[in-house]
Amino acid sequence: MNWFKRKTYPEFWQNYVANFKESKHHKLKDIRFIVFDTETTGLNTKEDRILSIGCVGIENFKIKIADQLECYVMQEHFNADTVKIHGLLKEGTLSKLEEEEAIIQFLDFVKNAVLVAHHAAFDVTMINNALKRMQLPKLKNKVLDTGHLFQKTKLDTTKEHFGLDELSKRFNIPLHDRHTASGDAYITAVLFLKLLAILNKNDDLTLKDLLRSHKRIGLL
Amino acid sequence: MNTIAERIYDFLKDFPPFNMLDRNQLFSISEAVEVGYFEKDQALFKIDQPIENHFYVVKNGAIGLYTDQGIIVDECDEGDIFGLRALLRKDNYILDAIAIEESIVYSISSELLEEYITTNSEASRFLMTSFISNTKQLESDTSTIVSSEFTNLQSVDYSKNPVTCTIDTTIQSAAQTMTDKRIGSIIIEKDAKPIGIITDKDLRIKIATGRFSISESVSKIMSSPVITYPESTTVAEAQIAMLKHQITHLCITEDGTANSKLTGILSEHDIIVLRENSASSLVKEIKRSKDILQLREIRAQAEKLLKRYLEQDLPIEFAAKLISTINDVITQKIIDSAIIQQGTNPPTEFAWLAIGSQGRQEQLLMTDQDNALVYEDVSDDKKEATKTYFLNLAKQINKDLETVGFELCPADMMGSNPKWCLSVSEWNLQFNRWITMPDQDNLMLCTIFFDYEHVYGSKTLIEKLSQSIFKSIENHDIFLTYLGRNALQNPPPLSFFRQFLVEESGEHKNQFDIKARSMMPLVDAARLLILSHNIKSINNTVERFKKLVELEPQNKDIYLFCIEAYKDLLWFRTEQGLHNSDSGRFIDVQSLSKLNRLKLKRSFKAVKLVQELIQTRFKLSQLM
Repeated sequence: MNWFKRKTYPEFWQNYVANFKESKHHKLKDIRFIVFDTETTGLNTKEDRILSIGCVGIENFKIKIADQLECYVMQEHFNADTVKIHGLLKEGTLSKLEEEEAIIQFLDFVKNAVLVAHHAAFDVTMINNALKRMQLPKLKNKVLDTGHLFQKTKLDTTKEHFGLDELSKRFNIPLHDRHTASGDAYITAVLFLKLLAILNKNDDLTLKDLLRSHKRIGLL
Repeated sequence: MNTIAERIYDFLKDFPPFNMLDRNQLFSISEAVEVGYFEKDQALFKIDQPIENHFYVVKNGAIGLYTDQGIIVDECDEGDIFGLRALLRKDNYILDAIAIEESIVYSISSELLEEYITTNSEASRFLMTSFISNTKQLESDTSTIVSSEFTNLQSVDYSKNPVTCTIDTTIQSAAQTMTDKRIGSIIIEKDAKPIGIITDKDLRIKIATGRFSISESVSKIMSSPVITYPESTTVAEAQIAMLKHQITHLCITEDGTANSKLTGILSEHDIIVLRENSASSLVKEIKRSKDILQLREIRAQAEKLLKRYLEQDLPIEFAAKLISTINDVITQKIIDSAIIQQGTNPPTEFAWLAIGSQGRQEQLLMTDQDNALVYEDVSDDKKEATKTYFLNLAKQINKDLETVGFELCPADMMGSNPKWCLSVSEWNLQFNRWITMPDQDNLMLCTIFFDYEHVYGSKTLIEKLSQSIFKSIENHDIFLTYLGRNALQNPPPLSFFRQFLVEESGEHKNQFDIKARSMMPLVDAARLLILSHNIKSINNTVERFKKLVELEPQNKDIYLFCIEAYKDLLWFRTEQGLHNSDSGRFIDVQSLSKLNRLKLKRSFKAVKLVQELIQTRFKLSQLM
C-alpha cells in the first residue's frame, strides 16, 4: 500500500506537520488566519503552474501586515495568454524561487493557521498539486472560502458564485493591486473581516460555524 | 518584497506626521501596521478603558470621538490620527471612539511611535501640538459656524419714530412737516396703520411739475399701498426688498403686514450708511450709466462687493439675490439700449428670459450667459420679419452682455440662437415635444429651460408658457418619472469610505467637480419636486426647498438639510471661483480646511437623503 509514499518525509514537512500537534484554539480571536492567493499560468489545475503566492495574516480580527509572505516562482510551463492578467513575465526582474523552495517557504510560513482564500478550492488544489510533484501529501490546514462565507450571510442568494471583483464592489473595498497575489490576498483579507463582522453580530461565532457547509445551515 | 506594505506606505506618506519621516522609517512603520475593520456604531475604545499599545490612523470611513455625555468632540476621517493622547500620557482613554460609519483603521504600535516618530523632532512637535490643540480647535470652529450664520442677520437699525400724517392732510402741510423735520419721507397713517408714503421724489415729480396742486390731499400723490416688513427684518432682507420693489423706503410694522401698527421707517439711506458701496448704489449707477463699458466697470465692482460679502459671511442666498438683481438690471439696461439701436420698436410683445443658473438666481460668478427670447404670436405674413427683428435684437443683447463680461454660451443657449428665439406657440410646441419625448437630450434641455426667470418685457407671455408646460406635464405624467431618473444620475459624491470622488483624468484630475457632483443633484431634485406640486413660479433652489418644507411638513428635516447643504455648496463654489478667478466648479479638496471638508461632506448626505426620497416617491427602482 505505501510503496509510493516515502518512508521519511523531509525535515520541513515534519516541522510543518508538527505544528498541528499543538492544542487548538477555538476562540476566533485567538486563531491565526492566513489569507492567501495564488497567481497561476492558467486555470487548469493539472497543467498550469503557480506564478506567485501572496499571504497575509489575521489575528484578533486585525490584518497583520508584518505577518506576510510574498514569493514569485520560476517557470518552465508558461502561458502567454494570462500574462496580460497578472503581468508576470517568464523572465522578469523580480527575484524568483524554484517551485519547491516557494512551497517550503509557504509551509514554513502558514504553519497550522486556518487558510482563507476566495474560491479557495482552486488555490488549495494548486498548492496540493505542487506538493504532489514533490511527492508529499496534501495540506493539513483547515480552509475557509470567502465565497462560501458570503453565501452564509444570505445577502444575495441569486447565484452560487460571486467573483472577488463583484464582492469588493459590493463591500466598497478599493481594488488596489488587483491581480497580484499579495494585492488579492489583502483584498480578500478585508473582505474576510467584513464577512466576519456580519456573521459575528452576536459575538458567538466559532470556527466550526465557519467551516460548516452553508448548505447544511440552510437546512437547520 | 511586500506589496501590501507599499500600499500602506503610499497612503500614509501624504499625511502628517508620516510625511515628515524619511522613506525607510515610514516603510518600517508601514510593514508593521495592523489593519482593523469596524462596523458602523462599533466602538474602538471606551472611556476609562486601559490604553491599548497602539494609536490609530483612519484609512477609510469616519471615527467619532465622544465625551461621556455623548457629545462629539472630533470626527476623524482619512489620514486623521486618534488614540494618541492616552498613549503619550500612558493614561486611560478619556473619550469613546466609535465608528460613525463603516471604517478601516490602521493601528500603529507604541514601539513604532517611539522608534520612528518621537525621535524625529519635526514629527514629534507636530504630534504634541495637534493633540493638545485638537479639542480646542474644534470648539472654536464650531462657534464660528454658529456665529457666521447669524452675522448680518441682526435686525436693521431703523428710525423708531416715523413722522406721519393723516389722509386729509394737504400736500403743502405734509411738505412743511418734512422740511421742518429735515426728512425725506412722510407716512400717511390711518388707525395707526400705514396706508401710503410720500417721498421727496413724489414732490419733485408730481408737484414741482405742476401735475397736482399743493392744496390737494396727500392721497393724490402718495404711493399706496406701502411695502411693509417686520421689526426683525435684516439688513440684507431690507436691501433686497428695496431692490426688488425699486423703492427707497420700507415701513416697519408690528407684524410685518400693513394691517398692524406702524413702528418705524427704514430708508435706503440708512442702509447705504450701513454698507458703503452697496448693491443698491451699484444699481443706481447702472441706471445712470451711459455706455456698455461703464456697465462693465460696474459689474467688476459688483464682483468686489461679492468678495466682501463672502468675507463678511453675509448669508450666501442674500449675496446671490443681490448679484442676480444687479445682473438683471444690467441686462435690462442693455436691452433698453439694444431696442433703441434697432431703430424701430419691437413689432410685438416679447420677453427676455434668464435660464439655467441665472434663471435660478444662483449665478454669483461671471460665468457664461444663458438666455432665451419669447415673443407674441403674429399673423403668418409677419412671421418672417418678426423673427428677424428679434434675432437681431437678441444678437445685439448677447454681444453687449459679452462686452460687460458675460461670456457667450459655448453651447449657444442664447436668445440669438434661432432655436431659442421663438414665439409663444413655438415655445409651447417645443416644451411639449421635450415633455412627450424625454430622451437624454430633451431632458437636459428641460433642466435648463424649465428654470426660466423673467428679466425684461411681458410677464403675460411667460405665464402663458408656464401654463402650457403644466398642461403638457399633466398629460404625460410619466415625464416626471423620467425627470426623476435624471435627477438621480449623480449619486452622492462620496465613496462609501468618505473619499471624495475626484475626477480621474483630464485637466481637473484629482479635483472635485462640485457642480456636477453635488450642486446639480440638489438643483435637479428641487426642480422635480416643485414641478410635481405644479409650481412654476419659484426657480431658486433654496426657495424651492423652502416651499417644499411648507408643502410637505413630513419631509421637513430632509428639505431643511438640503437648504443648508445648498447654501454651503454655493458658498464654496463662489469662494473658490473668486479665489481662482474661474467658474469655481472644480475644487481642490486638499486645499480645503478640515472644517470645510466636513461641511462639504455633510452636504452630500443631503444629496443622499433627497435622492432616496425621490427614488421612493417616483418608484424609480423599477426603472433603474
